[in-house]
Amino acid sequence: MDILWAQSTPLTAREVGRLIADRDLAPTTVMTVLDRLSRKGFLNRTRDGRAWRYEPAESRDAYVTELMLEALDLTGDRSAALTRFAQAVSGSEAEILRRALTELEEQ
Amino acid sequence: MIAAAVLAALALACAVGAWRLTSARWTWRAPRTAILLWQSLGVTWGLATTGALFAYALAPYGAGVVHGLSIMLTRAEFNVREPHDVIRLCALLSGFTLLAVLVAVLVAAGVQTLRAQRRHRMLLSLIARDEPAVPGVRVVDHPGAAAYCVPGLKSQVVISAGTLDLLSQDELDAMLAHEIAHARERHDLVLLPFGALLHALPWSGVVRDAQASVALLIEMAADDHARRFCSPKRLATALLRFGAATAVPTPHGALGATSGQNVMARVNRLIKPDLDLPAHVRYGILAASVALAVSAPLLWLLPA
Repeated sequence: MDILWAQSTPLTAREVGRLIADRDLAPTTVMTVLDRLSRKGFLNRTRDGRAWRYEPAESRDAYVTELMLEALDLTGDRSAALTRFAQAVSGSEAEILRRALTELEEQ
Repeated sequence: MIAAAVLAALALACAVGAWRLTSARWTWRAPRTAILLWQSLGVTWGLATTGALFAYALAPYGAGVVHGLSIMLTRAEFNVREPHDVIRLCALLSGFTLLAVLVAVLVAAGVQTLRAQRRHRMLLSLIARDEPAVPGVRVVDHPGAAAYCVPGLKSQVVISAGTLDLLSQDELDAMLAHEIAHARERHDLVLLPFGALLHALPWSGVVRDAQASVALLIEMAADDHARRFCSPKRLATALLRFGAATAVPTPHGALGATSGQNVMARVNRLIKPDLDLPAHVRYGILAASVALAVSAPLLWLLPA
């Protein structure tokens, strides 16, 4: 994914394989991974002659944002999918917490 | 008819008990015991309500709920002769509907949660990285503060890069101990049925309060677990620092109005711990919970 995110144009499996220079992966492995990612909706693919060209469905930042929204329970569905350290608070409440923190640290 | 009356009384008692328990404060002194009581109240309420409807509808068979149901289904007959038989038929249908809704809601919530977790895990595997400073923890590169656990057979603890900068090493350890407690005790499974019930009855104040109470209690249980491995004060400062940093500027619909108060309640508990409930009180509540949970199935079986 990182490789596809770094490129501005869609790549074929062969091109991706060439860019994964540090690991000796079989071309079929790369193709399988790309195929699975596109079936799960993380990559879009378009026909180009006999090969597929892949590009990310969303930017990396969009996914990070999605994770963070879920992490802070701001998606609105109140799901039990994650257990969080603390729930997000409103601005005025944060001020109270900040004051309590200063008090506690002075003790 | 006696079984129906007893089951109805039991259902009512559970509802009243739940309503009282939402405002009880002794629960904070023994969160685990209180969680168990909540669970048994929930199960018993469901079984008692449906059981009361069935017992009333099937009273003419004189064989109790379970046997009455099997007699009715094998003979495939339900006599409607007199006017009050219509009421019995209504009770039977509402019993089945309620039971179906409860089961469906629970299954749907389970499926939805699993699906959300799978997608979350997939995204993490694409985006998150390992950090040598905190082994075994996945790190997401985002300046905001976030720390949570994706529960499952292989639970994953995740923090944001912002959290790494925000907390000191001691505080980080305290927070991780808290998250590991969530993962190990599968607190997500505890919360799941209450969340599912809230989805089914979003207008019910008692259900909403019950869900919020249980959510707070599992946080306190995890705090108690973490406290055994780290200084409570570090956990408290981590909570405050973290809570203050996650503030969202505009009030958000999904945001509990009490989340700030909840953080303060947890902090106060850590700094000035009340005495734990005496053991005999805790065992008493435990025994009551078990008796409650057993009573409804027994009444289903009892011929009356």
